[in-house]
Amino acid sequence: MTTAATAPTKRRAADQPASWVGGLVALLVLAVVSLFVGVQDLSVRDLFSGLSEGQQLVLMVSRIPRTVAVLLAGASLAMAGLLMQLLVRNRYVEPSTVGTTESASVGVLVMTLFFPGSPVPVKMLVAVVTALLGTWLFIRIIRSLPPKAPVVAVPLVGIMLSGVIAAGTTYVAYANDLLQALNTWMAGDFAGVLAGRYELLWLLAVVGAVVWVFADRFTVASLGKDMATGLGLNYKQTVNLGLALVAVASGITLVVVGAIPFVGLIVPNLISMWLGDNLRRNIGWSALFGAGFVLVCDLLARTINFPYEVPVGTISGVLGGVVFLFLLLSGRMPTR
Amino acid sequence: MIKVSGVTKRYGKSVVVDGVSLELASGGITAIVGANGAGKSTLLSMIARLLGSDAGTISVGGLDVTNTDSRELARELAILRQSNDVPSRITVHDLVSFGRFPHNGGRMSAHDREVIDQAIEWMDLTALRDRFLDEMSGGQRQRAFVAMVLAQDTRYLLLDEPLNNLDVAHSQGMLMTLRRAADELGKTVVIVVHDINYASCWADQIVAMKDGRVVEVGTPHQIVRAELLRDVFDVDMEIGECAGCPIAYFYMPAMGAANEMRAVATAGSKVGAFTAAQQRRSA
Repeated sequence: MTTAATAPTKRRAADQPASWVGGLVALLVLAVVSLFVGVQDLSVRDLFSGLSEGQQLVLMVSRIPRTVAVLLAGASLAMAGLLMQLLVRNRYVEPSTVGTTESASVGVLVMTLFFPGSPVPVKMLVAVVTALLGTWLFIRIIRSLPPKAPVVAVPLVGIMLSGVIAAGTTYVAYANDLLQALNTWMAGDFAGVLAGRYELLWLLAVVGAVVWVFADRFTVASLGKDMATGLGLNYKQTVNLGLALVAVASGITLVVVGAIPFVGLIVPNLISMWLGDNLRRNIGWSALFGAGFVLVCDLLARTINFPYEVPVGTISGVLGGVVFLFLLLSGRMPTR
Repeated sequence: MIKVSGVTKRYGKSVVVDGVSLELASGGITAIVGANGAGKSTLLSMIARLLGSDAGTISVGGLDVTNTDSRELARELAILRQSNDVPSRITVHDLVSFGRFPHNGGRMSAHDREVIDQAIEWMDLTALRDRFLDEMSGGQRQRAFVAMVLAQDTRYLLLDEPLNNLDVAHSQGMLMTLRRAADELGKTVVIVVHDINYASCWADQIVAMKDGRVVEVGTPHQIVRAELLRDVFDVDMEIGECAGCPIAYFYMPAMGAANEMRAVATAGSKVGAFTAAQQRRSA
C-alpha cells in the first residue's frame, strides 16, 4: 500500500495548483518582456511615469496584439499537434508535416488569384476548407498503409503529400508572379500583427474550448477503434471532429501569422513524456508550453538581429529542430 | 441471453464464420475453444459489434447489436480483443477509468471511483495504478485492459484470450475473478481460450468450433472427450482427470500417434527420445 500512496506524487505534481501558478507566472513574465521589446523605446518605468501618446499607440496597436497573437497561435498549434498525434496514433505527425498547413495555403492562393479583394474572414474560411480536404486526403492515404507499416511510414507519407501540394502551389504562384506573396504568408511572422488584423485569432480560443469539452472522447479514441467502440464511442465521428478542429486551427493560424514549424511536434512529445496522453490532464500544459515556446521564438526573432526581425518560423524551425533531434537521439521516441 | 442466428462472415471468398447459430443463457462462464482459424475471435467480435456480419442476426440481452446505440450497448456488454495495441501513454488508473465512460461520459461520481478501485484491486494492479502502460510488461498491460472492461460493469463480459501473456499465478487470479463475476455478480462471461484445460476447469459450458462452425456445445465433461477433441483439433489426446475436471494431455503426442511417429523418427531425434521415455514410463 505504501507504494500506491507514494507513487502518484511525481505525476500529480502537474495537477497541483502550485505548479499551475508557477507555469502561468513564468508565461506572464515572458509576455510582459514581449510587451517591452521592440524598436520603439518602451519600458516598464515609462508605464508608471506615464506614456507618451506615441508609446500608448505602440503598446495598444502593436505590442499587446502581437503578444496576444503569439500566445493564441502557440497554444493552439501545440494543442492541434497533440490532438493530431493522438487521433492518428503516431508521435511524428503535426499539421505542418502531413499536408494540412500546405493545403490551407492552397486556399489562400486560390483566393488571391481569383478573388484578390476578398476580406480576410472569407480567405480564412476557404483556407480552413482546403485544410480539411488536405487532412482528409492524408487520412485516406494512411488508412491504406499495411497495419504493420513502420511508425515512420505515416510521417513520410505526410511529408511527401505536403511536398506534392507545396510543389503545386509554388508552380501556380510562380506562373502568376505571386511567389513572393506566397512565401510571405507561409513564413510565420508576427511582425504584421496589428490591432484590427489579428482578432480572428480569438477563434482559436473557441477551438481550444471545444477540444477541452470533448477531451475525454478524444483520449478514448486514441485507444484505438475497437477499444473505443467497445466503450460505446462513435469512433469515426470523434476522429473526424478532432481532425476537423486541427484543420480549423491550422487554417486560421496560417492565414493570420503563417506557418510556425515544430511547435506541434515537439511540445506534445515533451508533454507526453512528462504527463502521458490523457488529454484532460495534459491539454492545459500543452497550451502553456506551446505559448511559451512560440513566445521565446518570437522574442529571439525580434532581438537576434536587432533592430531587424527574423521570421519567427525560421527561429522555431531551428530551435524546434534541435529539440526534435535531441528527442530522437535520446531514444525516447517510439520506434515501432 | 446471447442469441446468434445464422451468422456468417466472409473475407473475399474464404468463409470465416459459417452460418453459426448459438444461444448462450445468462450467467456462468462460457469458453469458446477451437484450432487457429476456427472463427472464435471473429464470432466474438461480431457479438460485440466490432465487426459486421454478412448474414444473420445477433442480440445480446435483447438488444440487436447492429442497430442498438453503441453507448447503450457498452453499458450492457464489454469486450476485450486479443491484441490491444495502445500507443498512447495512459496510466493504469486512467485506462480503467475509461471503463466508466459509457456510464458517465467522463464525469466521475463516487460510485465510479469505487468501481474503478475495485477493478484495479481485482487485477492486482494497486501498486501499479499510476504507471504508464508503455512502462509495463505484456502481462501487466493485459491485466490493466481486463480491469478496464471489469470497470465497465456490464452484464455481459466478452474476453478474447484473457490469459494472454499471463503467468500461472495471474492466470489463476484472472479466472478466479471471472468466476466471482459470474457467481457472485451474476454476470455472463464469454471467453475465447486456446488451452482446453483452462476451459475444462473453469467454464460451465464449452463451445467447440471448427472451420467457422459450431461443432458442439456442452459441459466440460461433454466436450473434453478424446473423439470430440480429435475432431476439433485434429490431434489425438489422452484424457485424464484432475479434481473432477477432465484434462486433455496434449503436451506430447498420445500413445497411438507416438507409435506412428516412432516409425518415421530417427533414433536420437527429439520425438524418438520422448517416445522412448514414454515407453519406459508405461513399462
